[in-house]
Amino acid sequence: MLLEQTLSQMKERFPDIVLDMTEFAGEQILHVKSQHILTVLTALKADGYNFLADLTAIDNLTLGGYERFAVAYHLLCHKTAERLTVKAYVPEEKASLPSVESLWKTADWQEREVFDLFGIIFEGHPNLIRIMNPDDYEGHPLRKDYPRLGRKERDNFPVIERGIQKKKRPE
Amino acid sequence: MNYDDIKSNVLTTKLESAINWGRKNSLWPMPFGTACCGIEFMAVLASRTDISRFGAEAIRFSPRQSDLLIVAGRISIKMMPVLIRIYEQMPEPKWVISMGACASSGGVFDTYSVIQGIDQFIPVDVYVPGCPPRPEGVVESLMKIQNLIDKEKLSDYALSSSK
Repeated sequence: MLLEQTLSQMKERFPDIVLDMTEFAGEQILHVKSQHILTVLTALKADGYNFLADLTAIDNLTLGGYERFAVAYHLLCHKTAERLTVKAYVPEEKASLPSVESLWKTADWQEREVFDLFGIIFEGHPNLIRIMNPDDYEGHPLRKDYPRLGRKERDNFPVIERGIQKKKRPE
Repeated sequence: MNYDDIKSNVLTTKLESAINWGRKNSLWPMPFGTACCGIEFMAVLASRTDISRFGAEAIRFSPRQSDLLIVAGRISIKMMPVLIRIYEQMPEPKWVISMGACASSGGVFDTYSVIQGIDQFIPVDVYVPGCPPRPEGVVESLMKIQNLIDKEKLSDYALSSSK
């Protein structure tokens, strides 16, 4: 019930922000412009979607879409057990959108993960540093144009020789 | 003391053999378990295969107290500097077992972030195939390490330390 109510009002409440509303496999998806994501999510949180179940990103390089990247927010209402997915579209040239860390603390690490793997900047994030890859890593490996075998980073380590056991091992 | 007493109480051997005998029967492994091979390694320690039969049950999680490094699991590019540091912290002489397909060759993880075989960067003595290897395979590798230790020459050490 909450879901129907929210979705029916969404287009009227945010006519310039909401791009589209679709349904896929029983899940409602709200497509929005990324600059105003904080406004939309603040409103949705006030409506009862109190829990951010997941925050991830999609590279639409080969899929097509409004923009190159989509940041997906999976919301859950604990009262009615209803779910809603919000997709915010981020262009490749200016891959940044406001952080929602102020709404949900869990977004802290999830946004760091999206930043690490997709290179999307979250404005206003308190500590936007890499979370999985090494600190000195270059590039964002989950982007579809990143080579699967990397850029030689896995071959780039010092070779350690044997110490006093230098003699060739007997077979 | 008569001759018969000496005969039954004294053993003559080479110093080298005595040292190697002691070393090979009191290996102190340092497990570097990063994945499912690390779980399988626990079975090697447990009662069914029990490596204390080979004198290697004193598992140390400090590289400074170990002489056998068992690398069990895939090594990512973030973990490799850690592995190198741990290897270098171990006192010599030291031996390395590469346990399982991932540590030996990267296994199925042919991606940017996984090292394709730790032997590219640190010396490995024995490889154990399998995904993960059966505990018997690890015991076999331990016995192979013991054979290697048996063939160590003390003169090699003496030469290198005098340099």
